[in-house]
Amino acid sequence: MVAIVDYGVGNLFSLRSSFAAVGAEALVTGDRETIAGADRIVLPGVGAFQDAAEKLRARKLDAFLKELASSGKPLLGICLGMQLLFDKSFEYGEHAGLGLLRGEVVPLSERVPAELKIPHMGWNPLSFTGGRHPLFKYVKEGECMYFVHSFCAEKCEESVIATAEYGCAVTAAAAKKNVMGCQFHPEKSGDAGLRILQAFCEMEEEKTC
Amino acid sequence: MITKRIIPCLDVKDGKVVKGVNFTGLRDISSPVGLAEFYSRSGADELVFYDITASSDGRKIFTDILRETARNVFIPLTVGGGIESVADFENVLCCGADKVSVNSGAVRNPSLVSEAAKLYGDQCVVLSVDVKRVNGVFRVFAKGGREDTGMEAVEWIRRCVGNGAGEVVVNSIDTDGVRKGFDLEMLEAVCAAVRVPVIASGGAGCIDDFITLFKTVKGVDAGLAASIFHFGEVDIGELKKRMAEEGIPARIQEENNHGLR
Repeated sequence: MVAIVDYGVGNLFSLRSSFAAVGAEALVTGDRETIAGADRIVLPGVGAFQDAAEKLRARKLDAFLKELASSGKPLLGICLGMQLLFDKSFEYGEHAGLGLLRGEVVPLSERVPAELKIPHMGWNPLSFTGGRHPLFKYVKEGECMYFVHSFCAEKCEESVIATAEYGCAVTAAAAKKNVMGCQFHPEKSGDAGLRILQAFCEMEEEKTC
Repeated sequence: MITKRIIPCLDVKDGKVVKGVNFTGLRDISSPVGLAEFYSRSGADELVFYDITASSDGRKIFTDILRETARNVFIPLTVGGGIESVADFENVLCCGADKVSVNSGAVRNPSLVSEAAKLYGDQCVVLSVDVKRVNGVFRVFAKGGREDTGMEAVEWIRRCVGNGAGEVVVNSIDTDGVRKGFDLEMLEAVCAAVRVPVIASGGAGCIDDFITLFKTVKGVDAGLAASIFHFGEVDIGELKKRMAEEGIPARIQEENNHGLR
């Protein structure tokens, strides 16, 4: 079972439907016991970083998710959910993230040339970094994914697994062991996106010693 | 590099797609869900659903259709038509819409854009504008293009983007239905004024019109059309192929050869 973490941000209807489309049972839940009982966890998110981080904290899900991540259970952050996995964000101030991945989140406007539009919205092809990550087991390099974001992760060289070209190499996906994140929306990236979710659903738990 | 998007638009009334649909190989050609799935398979980058129902019964049917579409189609879905309040945003977002487009509702209540942007983020708020030349000036028309608001269009668009509209659909009344190409002059003027994605609408008659659009107006991000797609006059797969041949970045769908789904 996939637990889609419900912490009061955004609508999770499409995300749940996309897991159903790849034949996975998915539950939208904020209940810690249910999340702990799941085989894998998805951390979604839209909106502002600070608001989302505070909501996670208010529901005592921040420490809980960190604990679960260290148990080796596959965890996938999507869009803002991916950004929350990093150490911190500079979205309107400076805010702490979960610190599961090294790196920080910065405004795209400070990274891309002025003639490019913000948000980075639309379909952009992936370039793999350092080989093909298991998350991309069923997609080819160059397949397009759907992005909508105004902030991006950087200083994350140790975990970046894919980038998208938008005036610079924008971090499109990152992973460290069982903790993974994608900046794009696999649940909105057509068949290619569903194949990523399929690969995620096939992942085994990391063995922890 | 980000690709140029192709967006079919479905006008939905009482649960059916209006503006005659004429596809071979589609059993229920007026079914919005079936048509949405067909377009998604054909390589559409996004879909727009306009609710053109007036009755409250029709509204209920529309949101049911929306939910059913979001359950089966995994590309971005924009919903418009009769969006007057934040409650209307909430109503379609919880049925699976990703973006909501406002038109006359924003003209009547300009703070709707900023209120919605604050609640759901700029990326969720699409400003749709019907524009027509009046004495050589671009003017905003409301109520489905029937009423001249007297407002200058580029200024109105700039103001709404300043208030948080994350994307703009520019529908030229002058070229709409004429099928002689998009309104390049109008689109150029809008693209020069804002730094958010701009979607061209109104006037597409053939594949070449999209090629001309993307080659001429570099700032345009997407081309939207309805009947030429519905009537099968322009096949989205062929259009994408032509775009790629012409050096316009386009998303070409990979064949699903993994035995999945």
